[in-house]
Amino acid sequence: MDKEKRNTSYNLYVDAKLPKTKAWPSLFKAFLVGGIICAIGQGFFDIYSYFFPNLAESEITTCMLMTIIFITCFLTGLGIYDVVGAWGGAGSVIPITGFSNSISSPSIEFKKEGIIYGICVKMFTIAGPVIVCGVVGSIVCGIVGLFI
Amino acid sequence: MQTIKMKNNAYILNGFSMVGPLEGKGPLGEYFDYVVKDDTLKEKTFEKAERKLLYNIITGAIDKSGLKTTDIDFFIGGDLLNQIVSSSYTARELELPFIGLYSACATMTESLGLSAILVDNNLANNIVAGTCTHFSSAERQYRFPLELGNQRPPTSQWTITGGGACIVSNIPSKIKITAVTFGKVIDFGIADVNNMGAAMAPAACDTIKAHIKNMNTDIKDYDFIATGDLGKLGSEILIDLMEHENIILNKNYADCGCMIYDKTERVFMGGSGAGCSASVLNSYILKKLLNGEFKRVLLVSTGALMSTTTSQQGDTIPGIAHAIELEYVAPQQKKTCSIPTSVKPKSTTKKIKPKDNKATKSTSKRRKTNV
Amino acid sequence: MFNIWDYVISFLVGGFICFLAQILVIRTKITTARILVLFLIIGMVLEVFNIYAPFKEFAKAGASVPIIGFGASLARGAIMATKEYGLIGIFTGGLTAASGGIAMAIFASFIFALIFSSKTKRGGH
Repeated sequence: MDKEKRNTSYNLYVDAKLPKTKAWPSLFKAFLVGGIICAIGQGFFDIYSYFFPNLAESEITTCMLMTIIFITCFLTGLGIYDVVGAWGGAGSVIPITGFSNSISSPSIEFKKEGIIYGICVKMFTIAGPVIVCGVVGSIVCGIVGLFI
Repeated sequence: MQTIKMKNNAYILNGFSMVGPLEGKGPLGEYFDYVVKDDTLKEKTFEKAERKLLYNIITGAIDKSGLKTTDIDFFIGGDLLNQIVSSSYTARELELPFIGLYSACATMTESLGLSAILVDNNLANNIVAGTCTHFSSAERQYRFPLELGNQRPPTSQWTITGGGACIVSNIPSKIKITAVTFGKVIDFGIADVNNMGAAMAPAACDTIKAHIKNMNTDIKDYDFIATGDLGKLGSEILIDLMEHENIILNKNYADCGCMIYDKTERVFMGGSGAGCSASVLNSYILKKLLNGEFKRVLLVSTGALMSTTTSQQGDTIPGIAHAIELEYVAPQQKKTCSIPTSVKPKSTTKKIKPKDNKATKSTSKRRKTNV
Repeated sequence: MFNIWDYVISFLVGGFICFLAQILVIRTKITTARILVLFLIIGMVLEVFNIYAPFKEFAKAGASVPIIGFGASLARGAIMATKEYGLIGIFTGGLTAASGGIAMAIFASFIFALIFSSKTKRGGH
């Protein structure tokens, strides 16, 4: 029997057999978690702009992002954020907290391999692509900016 | 031939199983010999915890059979970690000749089969065969860090924390190893690492088919047929595949991965890992065989033979399955009276405390504590 | 100062972006790293076409907290620096703009990695 043919038909059969989970509950959870995180961000934004009225809006935004990044790292360390993530799915990944969690989780996980080879080497195993694509993308944008 | 029939010489003296807290809460909880409360086992790393778990399982099996470590000729086993470190380091502590094997989650039946062949041909008297896995160490090797807030796909399985070991011996006991079938590596082109059940089901189908053909038996002759860790989806696929071959798997079929967890637990398709079939064999199956409830059992452990590197490079997942046939033999008074083979009541076996790794030398002196 | 409407719009827009991402996750089994990169690039594209600024004006934190805000600030930094400093700005601009977030993520991760140890996942709840 032709192996490729057998494999494609088996793959099709398995795809049809896959359990059909309802999409709506997980979509709603993602919406809720993502929305709450953004609202918390807005809260910090308002607090910072109330106490530091002289700062520019972009600086206040940076401060707000840094605050929620710090809090996420702390919650990751406590083992709370992975529960939020398992419940909220993309709702916990897309906000900047997901980026923060993807840096702090490997560093905590691989601590046992030492500070240099564990924490420092493994820190960007998941978030590395974000930094790389971010830097490369910003350079491309800069080149585009030359012609605008 | 793929199937090796024994010459009625290889017996299983006893088995010992030990699992983590989540597995202990499951439906098979009462069958396990020991349930650890803390899955770190008070070790600093999960790799060390897995090692300690395996060490306790092996010594537990030796103790429970009323043997001494010096009576054991070989330790045959393996695990899921890279370079099967858990087994090697356990062998270092045990100071036993060690034959390390790897067939992913099918390691239990592979080591049991090889042990049976050695014992059956009088090449060894007593062999301990065992394996174990740890959820957290497997997770950090194969998947993502534990703290990462990701969602597991609905087809994923949960590597169990736990394992089991049994003593294969030429001393007659109630459980005889009748035959073993070593499976072919079969790949039906599944590339999704989160759907291992579908990748391994064709291998299980092929091995069961070969075993039944070579043994000239029928599926109805077995009281119980168990697959290792196909999970819910994988076992449904296996039933379909077998039906295609005109073999109907009936109520006597179950999957260890589906048996081990409660339906309410968030483990998706069920348990997986080398420890899955090992712990179910050494608790539920052996106990049912020992009290004569099961007369003839076929255990088919299944394994997915990929690595993180091959799956990142887009390769498909090859599956393997090894089958072992166990039979209940009515006890013959004269032969068995000197050897304690009966199952201990749960209350006494529960008292076996996990021993410290450092206590190797003292345990070899500590004889028959359990008998 | 504290306008309730800001919170409602942040919640709705931020939630909607996550909702779109979750559709992708369900449909394509996309992994964490890929989905972060995808939305980062979306943010950059929005910034290059000058859509991001009015969008943020409308959505407040609903636009800046999701990773698209991070991508947009990288792109904006590079474009602004290029205009100001010329060629060198192409390379310095992006990271300068995003330095706060990256530095805090690295610093906090390092500190908390020293303090905390990993715990097993909770499966039984």
